[in-house]
Amino acid sequence: MINEGIRATFDQELKELSDQVMAMGITVMEMIKKSMNAFNKSDEKLAQEVIKLDDRVDKYNQDIETKCVQLLATQQPMAKDLRIIASTMRIISDIERMGDYMVDVTKFARRLMGKPKLASAGDVPKMAELVEKMLQETLDAISKKDLELITKVVEDDENVDAALRNMFDTAMLEIEKRPLSAREAIYQLFMARYLERVADHITNVCERVYYMETGELKELHV
Amino acid sequence: MVENKSEIRNPKSEIKDSKSEQGNKIVTSKLNVWYDGKQALKDISLNVEMNEIMGVIGPSNSGKTSFLETLNRLNELYPGSRTEGQVLLDGKDIFKEIDKHLLRKKVGIVFALPLPLPLSIFDNVAYGPRLHGIKDKKKITELVEQSLKSAAIWDEVKDRLKENAFKLSGGQQQRLCIARTLAVEPDVVLYDEPCSGLDPISTLKIEEAMRELKKIYTQVLVTNNVKQSARVSDRTAFFLMGEMIELGATTQIFTSPKDKRTDDYISGRFG
Repeated sequence: MINEGIRATFDQELKELSDQVMAMGITVMEMIKKSMNAFNKSDEKLAQEVIKLDDRVDKYNQDIETKCVQLLATQQPMAKDLRIIASTMRIISDIERMGDYMVDVTKFARRLMGKPKLASAGDVPKMAELVEKMLQETLDAISKKDLELITKVVEDDENVDAALRNMFDTAMLEIEKRPLSAREAIYQLFMARYLERVADHITNVCERVYYMETGELKELHV
Repeated sequence: MVENKSEIRNPKSEIKDSKSEQGNKIVTSKLNVWYDGKQALKDISLNVEMNEIMGVIGPSNSGKTSFLETLNRLNELYPGSRTEGQVLLDGKDIFKEIDKHLLRKKVGIVFALPLPLPLSIFDNVAYGPRLHGIKDKKKITELVEQSLKSAAIWDEVKDRLKENAFKLSGGQQQRLCIARTLAVEPDVVLYDEPCSGLDPISTLKIEEAMRELKKIYTQVLVTNNVKQSARVSDRTAFFLMGEMIELGATTQIFTSPKDKRTDDYISGRFG
């Protein structure tokens, strides 16, 4: 009885919307990767590229939001379609914030360029790797409509929080031991703090994906 | 305006405050209806709460009009119709404990096409009360005015009450028909696709009137326009092939329906 083709055009538009959200998320993943490479290799050019990529993220944000508003007006979606569009509008604003935080992380990476590396310098890329994995899994969860993956991502967020706490303690010790490297320690701590915020926004996205699929608004982030 | 009407209706004030007077206006249990042996409704058990607007949606042949017409026993007018199960109005069995004519006075119906009588605007509305034996001219005038006000058409017709009702536009005629239904002071108003032939502004006027009427009446709205149910109903029931698939708060049905068939229907994937 269900005519699969009856809303073919609208279904296609929803698919394109989802593809654009994927592309936006992938751009932020690229920002994380490049930002850490810029940090590890003290590569100013890469840092510039990260900052440029944020413009692309902002453009996605505007384009997708415009598309959502158009679909609301012209298709007047109901039920799951409505949840998809309403959630998408929230998801892109979270991804947009992730992009902003990655710009902040990169700006601190630039300040550290040419300065002696601290013993704890490797902790930041490790954390970034975890955050990038969370984002990858969230995008997979969106495309596969996989709620189990979402639970996994939310658990990973706790690891990111724990990593930040450890890095805070390490930075304190570093500053106490070598007050002259206080500036570097604080910059690194800021980078970690921003990465932790990116992870928080990823869990927000997970909550929206959960709502999209189930219709239930649930605080997944403990 | 509606408040005034209730004063006219009953000096002791019959205003039903949904907060203070909770409960069900209509309860159906295992309601089955057949037409010539073909089953139109299957085991419909639901409740219509006092003063709510209940929307009934579903594709064609889902049984929504049969359901509506059973509530005031209009279905019995079709030859070969048979009904099983129970419908309670204010706790009374409409098939056993309420006179059919009294039932139709208490449970009024507004149809898809406006059907004004070939009379003046005033006489269209006065027709019902007169038929029910009201002779007091002052009372009739009051009823006509209040009914036209409640149906949100008074301002448009107050200076032309003697004109023939056919001179009104389609949207005005439909609101006149609502006023005519209200003039016999029903408890429940049923609507069968009340805006199917109307322009968007007339539709919105009728929807606004329905929201106002909530203060006094219990209303059941059958509509093919699911968005109309989303706009005006408190709760919505989804019917499919004579069965009630899902009943829930309108906000829940239109954002997170539990049954996939409901989701597919309201998001326009069949029907």
